[in-house]
Amino acid sequence: MKFINYLESIAGVSIYPLVSLLLFFIFFTIVTVYVVKADKNYINRAKNIPLENEI
Amino acid sequence: MELEKFRYDNQIVKMFGIATVVWGLVGMLVGVLVALQMYIPALNFDLAYTTFGRTRPLHTNAVIFAFVGNGIFMGVYYSLQRLVKARMFSDLLSKIHFWGWQLIIVLAALSLLLGYTTGKEYAELEWPIDIIITLVWVVFGWNMFGTIIRRRERHLYVAIWFYIATFVTVAMLHIVNSIEIPVSLTKSYSWYAGVQDALVQWWYGHNAVAFFLTTPYLGLMYYFIPKAANRPVYSYRLSIIHFWALIFLYIWAGPHHLLYTAVPDWAQSLGVVFSVMLIAPSWGGMINGLLTLRGAWDKVREDVVLKFMVVAVTAYGMATFEGPMLSLKSVSAIAHYTDWIVAHVHVGALGWNGFLTFGILYFLIPKLFRTTLYSQKLANLHFWIGTLGILLYAVPMYWAGFMQSSMWKDFTPEGQLKWQFLETVTRLIPFYAARSIGGTLYLVGAIVMAYNLFKTAKAGSFLADEEAEAMALSKSYAAHSKDHWHRWIERKPIQLMIVSLVVVIIGGIIEIVPTFLIKSNIPTIASVEPYTPLELEGRDIYVREGCYTCHSQMIRPFRSETARYGEYSKAGEFVYDHPFQWGSKRTGPDLAREGGKYPDSWHYNHMLEPNSMSPGSIMPPYSWLLDDDLDVSTLKTKIKAMQTLGVPYPENYAELAEADLNKQANTIVANLKKDGIETSPKKEIIALIAYLQRIGTDIKKTSATDSSKKQFTSKN
Repeated sequence: MKFINYLESIAGVSIYPLVSLLLFFIFFTIVTVYVVKADKNYINRAKNIPLENEI
Repeated sequence: MELEKFRYDNQIVKMFGIATVVWGLVGMLVGVLVALQMYIPALNFDLAYTTFGRTRPLHTNAVIFAFVGNGIFMGVYYSLQRLVKARMFSDLLSKIHFWGWQLIIVLAALSLLLGYTTGKEYAELEWPIDIIITLVWVVFGWNMFGTIIRRRERHLYVAIWFYIATFVTVAMLHIVNSIEIPVSLTKSYSWYAGVQDALVQWWYGHNAVAFFLTTPYLGLMYYFIPKAANRPVYSYRLSIIHFWALIFLYIWAGPHHLLYTAVPDWAQSLGVVFSVMLIAPSWGGMINGLLTLRGAWDKVREDVVLKFMVVAVTAYGMATFEGPMLSLKSVSAIAHYTDWIVAHVHVGALGWNGFLTFGILYFLIPKLFRTTLYSQKLANLHFWIGTLGILLYAVPMYWAGFMQSSMWKDFTPEGQLKWQFLETVTRLIPFYAARSIGGTLYLVGAIVMAYNLFKTAKAGSFLADEEAEAMALSKSYAAHSKDHWHRWIERKPIQLMIVSLVVVIIGGIIEIVPTFLIKSNIPTIASVEPYTPLELEGRDIYVREGCYTCHSQMIRPFRSETARYGEYSKAGEFVYDHPFQWGSKRTGPDLAREGGKYPDSWHYNHMLEPNSMSPGSIMPPYSWLLDDDLDVSTLKTKIKAMQTLGVPYPENYAELAEADLNKQANTIVANLKKDGIETSPKKEIIALIAYLQRIGTDIKKTSATDSSKKQFTSKN
């Protein structure tokens, strides 16, 4: 299957992968910054939720 | 602050647990049956209901939706209540969810064996069942969100994020892929055709693996491994990145499969980058799971629960390393259509899903019944024969896949193909035999587990409502903050769901939009015409019998394939294929250019007894097609449905279709008679022969105008 012929005829199709990568990097950066900056108390608190008040 | 007393609902967890074990055994048993059918055709019993084309979808649906599905719900219902410190929102919704899901499973099993199928892998169930699935799924989501809103724990633990992402994404995938036009209660046609149908289907298929077999189980991993090891997850920060990166990247992973040869070079490289990037969150998750056990490896040696979980997470790591590798073009060229893929998915299914489920069951059942496991020895036995079973399954299949692929591509020095297709199949029989032994061992292990858990339950006393207490949540925050702050927190799960949905939709849109653009960009091939009524009926038989489970209809542009099968497949050839039938596995040869290859009588004899035409063939006989009359009662509706979907039959053709059908049937009967076969034009086999003789012939016609005269007499 040579989809390339059909895809190339779509106007501006090359923007799709470009937008994808850009979106991912922006998103990934935001998540990373959020995670690095996250409050240590919150992290420790959340981390231990499964182990709390076990019967 | 007020200490509130409440009770966890263990009853629903127990019910889902029992269903997991029971359906697991059924699914694995059918798995062993299909494994045996692969090399002992007699085990198809010459019955429509028990033939491979129907039992194979039964196996895949049973293990995915019945075994793993119930396993998900068991784990979610247990962990969610404890993570949010609240009872499930509604006991009634829990019950509706449970019984609704079991009803779906029973209907699915019956309808698949009866031959009611959409012909789209892992989404075979017909439209009424699709609707019930949607409703039951909504009940599940409603119950889950109701519980989360009533929570007594402010923070949502990462496992819950995975559950929420699972809920929204599966809903989206299921609905988009199941859009179909009903012909009757038991038959529908996919809304999409050919290339587009394939793109949507594999967008679904790929992400069903991601969001039904992976994300919910990762949520379970993040709850049950810390529980079983009695220590918190290695890095909570890593788990947050794991979550967002995984759901963001996974949904895009479809495009690089589908648009693989389609995009310009630089974009192809980008596709590879994306798929390789998927290793990062997957392995981040695996490492997080394994490192949770750091300093506790002595426990792993003794605790069977942890043993199962360690192997599960390791299998997850192997499968998610292999996945991106398989999406590389050069690897895919070797692995696709072979048993390599079967090995790959079973490392995931048996190792990751199966073993994690077993680990959770061994952890939960003693807890729910307030006792200890009946026999550690039996559990250890299960662990070892299960592991051995996986190895005995996977290794022969990898070997078989690689070997068969090499044989397909082998040329003699004179430039001829070295092996007949059938030779490449009969060579696999010892490997198929080994695989069935591996699968049987795995099943035996599961039976041992069922016995062990049953004994455990009998020895203990079940606690249906578990007492618990926790501080009420709302008061403390309302005290020192403005009203809106509190409301914002309460809405947080909803916000989380919306953000997850947005994240997966972005990937979905970027993948789906080019898909829809493709439809209007596929050059129509003038000589490609709609199927005649008889061929259409024959095609429906092809779908009903699940021929696509063993035969592809997609010739790739490789010398080894064009030399074997003929001209490679063009996108424009499939514009009237609702649904597409490209298949994903070549247990039998490709059929994309089957039309005209053999005389009609060959097909007739071949369906009656494949061995008579191809000695050594492992194809099951389809003798009932020779006896059963073709049901043309829905022909009119079918033609009209096709017209609705844009297939250009002449106006009012529905009225004339049956006459054309009879005419073509008589021609085939006359052909058969020449070869000494007497049969009635009313039989199903006639329609199937008509379809088989048509496949892939349209582009061979010398002139488009000639052929259009032959078809659709009504036009003249």
